Amino acid sequence: MSAAKNMNISLQIWRQKNSKEKGKMETYKLNDVSTASSFLEMLDQLNEQLVNERKEPIAFDHDCREGICGMCSLYINGRAHGPDTGITTCQLHMRMFNDGDTIVIEPWRSAAFPVIKDLIVDRTSFDRIQQAGGFVSVNTSGNTIDANATPINKQDADKAFEAAACIGCGACVATCKNGSAMLFVGAKVSQYALLPQGRIEATDRVLNMVRQMDEEGFGNCTNTGACEVECPKGISLENIARMNREYLSASLK
Amino acid sequence: MKLDSKIPEGHISQKWTDYKDHLKLVAPNNRPKIDIIVVGTGLAGASAAASFAEMGYNVKAFCYQDSPRRAHSIAAQGGINAAKNYQNDGDSTFRLFYDTIKGGDYRAREANVHRLAEVSGNIIDQCVAQGVPFARDYGGMLDNRSFGGTQVQRTFYAAGQTGQQLLLGAYSSLSRQIGLGKIDMYNRHEMLELVKVDGKARGIIARNLITGELERHSAHAVIIATGGYGNVYFLSTNAMGSNVTAGWKIHKQGALFANPCYVQIHPTCIPVHGTNQSKLTLMSESLRNSGRIWVPKKKEDSEAIRAGKLKPVQIAEEDRDYYLERKYPAFGNLVPRDVASRAGKEVCDEGRGIEANDTNEGVYLDFATEIQSKGKQTAYAKGNHNPSQEEILTLGKKWLEEKYGNLFTMYQKITDENPYETPMKIYPAVHYTMGGVWVDYNLQSTIPGCFVAGEANFSDHGANRLGASALMQGLADGYFVLPYTVSNYLADDIRTGKISTDLPEFVAAENSVKEQINKFLSNNGSKTVDHFHKRLGHIMWNKVGMGRNEKGLTEAIAEIATLKEEFYKDVYVPGSSDELNPELEKALRVADFIELGQLMAMDALQRKESCGGHFREEYQDSEGETLRDDENFSFVGAWENKGYDVTKSELHKEELKYEFIKIAARNYK
Repeated sequence: MSAAKNMNISLQIWRQKNSKEKGKMETYKLNDVSTASSFLEMLDQLNEQLVNERKEPIAFDHDCREGICGMCSLYINGRAHGPDTGITTCQLHMRMFNDGDTIVIEPWRSAAFPVIKDLIVDRTSFDRIQQAGGFVSVNTSGNTIDANATPINKQDADKAFEAAACIGCGACVATCKNGSAMLFVGAKVSQYALLPQGRIEATDRVLNMVRQMDEEGFGNCTNTGACEVECPKGISLENIARMNREYLSASLK
Repeated sequence: MKLDSKIPEGHISQKWTDYKDHLKLVAPNNRPKIDIIVVGTGLAGASAAASFAEMGYNVKAFCYQDSPRRAHSIAAQGGINAAKNYQNDGDSTFRLFYDTIKGGDYRAREANVHRLAEVSGNIIDQCVAQGVPFARDYGGMLDNRSFGGTQVQRTFYAAGQTGQQLLLGAYSSLSRQIGLGKIDMYNRHEMLELVKVDGKARGIIARNLITGELERHSAHAVIIATGGYGNVYFLSTNAMGSNVTAGWKIHKQGALFANPCYVQIHPTCIPVHGTNQSKLTLMSESLRNSGRIWVPKKKEDSEAIRAGKLKPVQIAEEDRDYYLERKYPAFGNLVPRDVASRAGKEVCDEGRGIEANDTNEGVYLDFATEIQSKGKQTAYAKGNHNPSQEEILTLGKKWLEEKYGNLFTMYQKITDENPYETPMKIYPAVHYTMGGVWVDYNLQSTIPGCFVAGEANFSDHGANRLGASALMQGLADGYFVLPYTVSNYLADDIRTGKISTDLPEFVAAENSVKEQINKFLSNNGSKTVDHFHKRLGHIMWNKVGMGRNEKGLTEAIAEIATLKEEFYKDVYVPGSSDELNPELEKALRVADFIELGQLMAMDALQRKESCGGHFREEYQDSEGETLRDDENFSFVGAWENKGYDVTKSELHKEELKYEFIKIAARNYK
């Protein structure tokens, strides 16, 4: 590990009291930030400072802090999850920045993700898309067939897993100039489309999930591919293509 | 109070089947008349909520996160155990049962654990039916790997993201029921009080974390599935929001809290790096399938490494101490977690730790041997029987990447070191809590109608949980136990009708929450919530951590009492109650952690023996292994709360009877 150093930085952060009031950027100075700290630990440090100064701390979403729960977000210096690839904001470390830097932090920007407070946005639209069809209709029974009764080609199983690795963070939407959710929805449709368990409801699933996606106000996909670049889990554009095929064949039925 | 575990009569292999067959049922036409509240949407909560809704009950589910999919079960990496015997290595329900009891150092209930082993296979079937993409082999069959404390391969996995895939499976079932209108989902809500009417659990007070509004919710039964309490140590592998509040509130309302001192300190986590650190990151136990744990034999070498003068690869083979392989040849690097953690602490206490941090605590987890062996194997499989060293290295690293890619990337992002080239540095960290709310065989607490599932209860892992068994237990409770036992309870409620939230009990509960919140907001102290949480964590880690003794525990109890007083006098919570206020959320949680911490120290003090994760330095054998005292301590220690002063809590004992397993000293040598 390269030896940790301390730096002094400047932060420009979006502050917004609640969903109704207007927000604005505010500037903060923060000293003695360790390069070994994570980005969110840096924000903890700032909040500790703000609370000690009797100022209101910055509200931001976070939970597992190991890149898997998908709760953290943040648009950092114009990039979803900041200036590193294949990671979430909570995995971003301060060694990616330099002493004296100014760091700009904004919430996810998308019509379908309204701001709740400061850097926190409402992503329940993703939940509603899932509720529209992101499942196999199997009840709990304990008497389903043996797990090995249906062999599944390893390549398909691996591809389904890669699609299922989506953490639902919304970086794809935030980074897309159209605010499209096609990568998120494509990943879920693909996971099931690739597995025999999911084929039975494939037609309804893709139609229902796409309908819900449109109702939520997400934009259209114009194939810029920005979502794939910023996806912390490397979800491939292939999934959008697969969803389009599924959608087309479902529409023709 | 007499503790009745309600364990059914009969042979261990028949108990659950016979019991289930005689439980009361609620007919389909009556289920829509009944409401169930489920708090927490991890594996246990989501699977229970989905199952109840499928049966026809009205369900209200609550989580503090912005979506039920984010519950901390999502972070479980390595796998889930099931006695399928797909690998033909002699596995069976009995063996999984036996391994779990032994792994728990003979401090778990036989009947509960056997039931867990019995339903383990159903879990895999259920998850595959949901479309959970487990790892498969080239024949299309499910793949398995080994975890600690076993000599079979019974762990099913999805790369290093098994918890994620299982939770998303349960979340998909939950989502389906939300979509069908059978579950009302309350995201960003936190339960702050249980409401009892006529002694029965009949509802909760929850705070809407966005608006700050306190809401009353009623039901005929309340399920608590809110996970473990590892964050009492401040630094742990738990999510930042993981907390004990729901469990603690029901404890204060009369539910007993069992074995709070049983904490799992996981051997393979990334070492602490600095004072602003907010959490610790686990490196899955599955890595011990491929990695070898070592420190230098000589203290001078460790010192040179810490000073940056030597690199681990420069230490010759004969100068390395693969201490787990040396001490425990039969299980080697795959000894149970508590054993591996203590062994790591021991070598670091000797001054052989390799991490250049404040405490020098860290050991190596080295993949070089596996890279060689798998590289060669892969080359042969491809028909290359004379691979060059370079080819072996490339293929070996590729093999590792396929198995553990996400973990290696995670490690590299955090530490800025490449684990394919240099061994990982690891050290034990708080990971899981075996203790929890006391429940009977039905998973019901001592409050009628209040059930507790998953990590939040105490029931299945004794004093130490085996790897890949937490996912198994969460899903077993939610999919295959609660649907039966809760229905049995609710069979008496078909005529009750809706519970009104205007009852005086709801008003009183809401007022008590309001009072607590106002107290914090008007306190105007001088220190932040984190200040107190960190101090609590410091006391807990140093005195109620991996090694405990009478002096330290007595001190901890007194120090926490002082801390508690200071906290209420001097904590500063900014903002107001009618808005999103994360500092207020933390204050409410830390208040409960402080009380729990004290109870943990008391429980550790009364348990004058060493077992599993509870290591009392006074009670060890000549080789430093845990020394149990079965004659005096073969019981579940269940505490009854007696008000604000936790030291007045009363201990009740549930004797553990071993009818089907011969109790013995745990031996992994």
